[in-house]
Amino acid sequence: MGAEHLPASEFDIEELEQSLVTSDPADAPPLVQLMAPDGSLREDTKYGHYAAHLDGEALRAMYRDMALVRRFDQEATALQRQGQLLLWPPLLGQEAAQIGSGTALQAQDYVFPTYREHGVALTRGLELSKVLRLFRGVSNGGWDPRESNFHLYTLVLAAQSLHAVGYAMGVQRDGDDAVTVAYFGDGASSEGDVHESMVFAASNQSPVVFFCQNNHWAISVPTEVQSRIPLSNRASGYGFPGVRVDGNDVVAVHAVTRWALERARSGKGPVLIEAFTYRMSAHTTADDPTKYRELAEEEKWRERDPLLRLERYLRSTNTAGQDFFDQIAAEADKLAASTRADVLAMEAPDFEDHFANVYAEPHPLIREELEWHRQYQAGFAEETAGQAEGEAR
Amino acid sequence: MSNTQIFNLPDVGEGLVEAEIVSWKVKPGDTVAVNDVIVEIETAKSLVELPSPYAGVVSDLLVPEGQTVEVGTPIIAVAPEGSQPAPATPQPAAGTTADTSAPEQPVPNAAPEAGPLVGSGPKADPVRRRLRRGSAASTAGTTTAGRGFARPSGKATAPAAMHLPEPHGQAQHVPPVPTDDDAAVPGSVSSGHRGEAVQAAVSRLLTRVLAKPPVRKAAKDLGINLADITPTGKGGEVTKQDLLSYQAQREAEQAAAPTFWAPRKGLLDNRIERIPVKGVRKATAKAMVESAFSAPHVSIFVDVDASRTMEFVQRLKKSRDFEGIKVSPLLILAKAVIWAAARNPSVNASWVEAESGDEIHVKHFMNLGIAAATPRGLLVPNIKDAQDLSLKELAVALNELATTARAGKTKPADMQHGTLSITNIGALGIDIGTPIINPGEVAIVAFGTIRQKPWVVSGEVIPRWITTLGGSFDHRVVDGDLSARFMADVAAIMEEPALLLD
Repeated sequence: MGAEHLPASEFDIEELEQSLVTSDPADAPPLVQLMAPDGSLREDTKYGHYAAHLDGEALRAMYRDMALVRRFDQEATALQRQGQLLLWPPLLGQEAAQIGSGTALQAQDYVFPTYREHGVALTRGLELSKVLRLFRGVSNGGWDPRESNFHLYTLVLAAQSLHAVGYAMGVQRDGDDAVTVAYFGDGASSEGDVHESMVFAASNQSPVVFFCQNNHWAISVPTEVQSRIPLSNRASGYGFPGVRVDGNDVVAVHAVTRWALERARSGKGPVLIEAFTYRMSAHTTADDPTKYRELAEEEKWRERDPLLRLERYLRSTNTAGQDFFDQIAAEADKLAASTRADVLAMEAPDFEDHFANVYAEPHPLIREELEWHRQYQAGFAEETAGQAEGEAR
Repeated sequence: MSNTQIFNLPDVGEGLVEAEIVSWKVKPGDTVAVNDVIVEIETAKSLVELPSPYAGVVSDLLVPEGQTVEVGTPIIAVAPEGSQPAPATPQPAAGTTADTSAPEQPVPNAAPEAGPLVGSGPKADPVRRRLRRGSAASTAGTTTAGRGFARPSGKATAPAAMHLPEPHGQAQHVPPVPTDDDAAVPGSVSSGHRGEAVQAAVSRLLTRVLAKPPVRKAAKDLGINLADITPTGKGGEVTKQDLLSYQAQREAEQAAAPTFWAPRKGLLDNRIERIPVKGVRKATAKAMVESAFSAPHVSIFVDVDASRTMEFVQRLKKSRDFEGIKVSPLLILAKAVIWAAARNPSVNASWVEAESGDEIHVKHFMNLGIAAATPRGLLVPNIKDAQDLSLKELAVALNELATTARAGKTKPADMQHGTLSITNIGALGIDIGTPIINPGEVAIVAFGTIRQKPWVVSGEVIPRWITTLGGSFDHRVVDGDLSARFMADVAAIMEEPALLLD
C-alpha cells in the first residue's frame, strides 16, 4: 500500500463531467453581448438602446472604476499575504459584472451584496478601505449601510437574497420607487435561501433584481456540477425572466441591469440576471485553485479580460489615449497606498463597544453585564499591561 | 540599524499554524519595494508567494530554505534604504561564510530592541490570554485563563527568544536541542534551532497525537493506531511519510517471520543480530539489576476465584455512572492493593541507606505504579495519591495512564516517587510470574490472566473465573508473614469485592 492510498480529492471531476447529460446547445439562452472581446461593438435590438446613453466620458469612467477596484483588490491580497488582513476574497475577473451593474443603479436603490462585491461598493460611493475593516477583524461590519444603500457583506451564503426580497416587499408597502439588487454567486444559487426568495419575489411581484455572477467555480466545484441547465433558465420556473449576459462586457451588463431595474421599478416584478464571468483568482486567500482547475482554462478567460476589452475599444476609437491610461494607473497606485495606510492605522475595537450594540437604549441587564466585564478586566495582573500593549501594536 | 523592520511569517490561510520556507526570491543586500515578491512558502494548503510589506534593503534572511517555521516567526529583516549600505552579510541559507574583509561587520540578526512586531498580523495568536490575579473575581474566569495560559506562553516567548541581541556578527551557534532533522541544515542559523526547540516543547505539552486530517484518515483506513507510530514531524506530528514507513515496516515484519530461521549466506556472524542497548532498554536493564541484586526478593503466589470480581466489573460497565469509562479487573485489583496496603503498611515503604544508618520509610500515601509496555519500552508510570481516588476516579486515572503510556507521552515526573507497583502480565495471556520490584519500592503485585477453570465449590466441580496473583517483596523490609497477609487481603477483595465497602 503506497501513497496512492491517501485520499486525493473528494471526487474525480473528469468522471463526473462524463456522467452529466449535457443539455442541447440549442437550448442554451443567447448570451447578451454589446462589446466583443476584441473591443468591437455588437448590435442588440432589445438591450442595445439601454446602453445608448453611454458616451466616451461614461465609458472612460467605467474603465477607471474597473482599474481602481482591480488595483485595490491586488493591494488587499498583498495585505493579507503580509499578515495585515485575516482573509480576502479577490474579485479579479469580475470587474465588468460589478461596475456595469453598479453604475446602472439609482441612488434610492438598495444593494444586498455577498462578500466579493468590492466593485459594486465603489459604485455606491463607499470608501473602499472601509470594506477591509471586516477582513482585518476590527469590525463586524465596517460601514453604515444607510449612507450608501449598500448593505453589509453577508458571509452566510445566500442569506442576503432573502434580505433583498424582504426589503423590496417593504418598498412595495411604502409605495417607494426603489429597487433592491441581490448579488450572489453560482455556488450560492444552490442554497435554499435563493429558492425561497425567488418564490416570494415572484408571488409578490417585488421590485428586486437577482444578480448572479456565475464565475464558474463555487470554491472547487464547477458550475456544471451544480446545475444541469444554464442558471438563467431557472427564472422561468419561478415565473419571471432570466437573462444571461456576458459578465465580462461592462456595456452589456450595464444595459441589461438598467433594463431589469426599469422593469422592476415599473411594477413588473423580479428579474434574474446571470452574468457569465470567471473568477480569475482564488476563491479566497485561503484557497489554491491550481489544485482543482487547469491553467489552460484560466488562459482562455484571460483573453476575455473585461479591462482589456474596454481598453481595446477606447484605444481603437480614440476615445482614450495613453495619457488617460497612465493617469488611471497613477491614480490606482495612489488608492493602493492610501488603502494600505488606512489598514495599518485601523485600531482594534474596545470590547466594551459590544455592550452598546445590544439594545438601542440603555438596558439594566446590559449595564450589569458591562459592570461585571469591567471587574473581570480589572482582575488581570498588572505585569501583563506592557505585554498587552505590545500585542495591540 | 535600529530602524530595521522584521517581517513575521503570517497566517496566509485560515488558521494555519506553520509553513515551510520553500525558496527565497531575494538575498541580503537586495533592494525591495513594497509588494515585491520576497519568498515562496508552502502551507498545508498551498504554495504561496509573499510580497514584502516593507521597502528597503534586505539585511538578513532569518530562516533557511527548507525549514518549517511557526506562524509569527521572524523570517526576514529589511533595513530602510540609505540607512546602512548593507553589504553581503552572512546568509544562513546559502551556507557561505561571511566576507571577513568587510571593514565593519553588520549585525545579521538585527535586534529590534523595542520589539516592533509589525507584520505579525492583527491576530497572530488568538488563544493568547493574560494572567489573572490571584484573587480573581470570577472562578470560572480563573480556570479558563489558567488553562489557556500554559500553551500560548510557549508560543509568545518564541519570537522574543529569537530576537536576542547578538553582539558579534557571526551567527552564534547555541547548542541545539538534538532533533533528527538538524543534520539536514548545515550551518543553519541559531534562531532556527531555537524555533524548533520551542516548537518541540509546545508539542510535548499537548498529549494528543498530532496528524493532518488526510494522514488521520489513512491511518484509520489501514487500521493503524496513530499512537503506535513514531512521529517525525516538526511539531511532533505523525507525517504521511511516518505512516507509510510504519505500514511498510509492519508489512515487512509480518513478511519476515517465515524467513527468520532461514540460514543466511555468508559468515557465521550474520546469523546473530546485534542490537545496541540504549534508551529505555538500557534504563530497564540497570534498574532490574540494581533491584534484583540489592533487594533480596521473596515471591509468593495465590490462586483466586475472581468470579465475583468479573460480575462486579460487568455491573460497572453497564452502570450509567461509568458510562464511557473503561472498566477492567485491573481496576478492582488496584483498589484491592490500596485497601490491603493500608492494613499492612510495611509493603508501602522503601529501604533507605543513610549515613546515620539504614532506615525504612513507610509512606502514608500511595503512588500506585502500573507497569506498561509502550513503544519506548517498559515504563512504570504511577498514579499519584491513589488512596484518595474513588473507584470511578481511579478508573479514569488508569485509562489516562494507559493512553498516555501507549502514546509514548509519559513524562519523567509520572514515573517518579512510586510507592508500590502492579504488573498486569495477565493481559498478555500469562498465568503468573515472579516480578522484580521497581527500584525504590519494596513490593510488587503481578496479576495473572483470568480464565474459566474447573473449581470445587461446596464439594462440586463447577466452572469459575480463576486467576493467580503473585507478589515479590523486599525481605529486608517485608517478612514472610506480612507479605502473606498482604496477598491474602488482596485475594480476599478479588474473591469478594463487596469487602471494599468496609
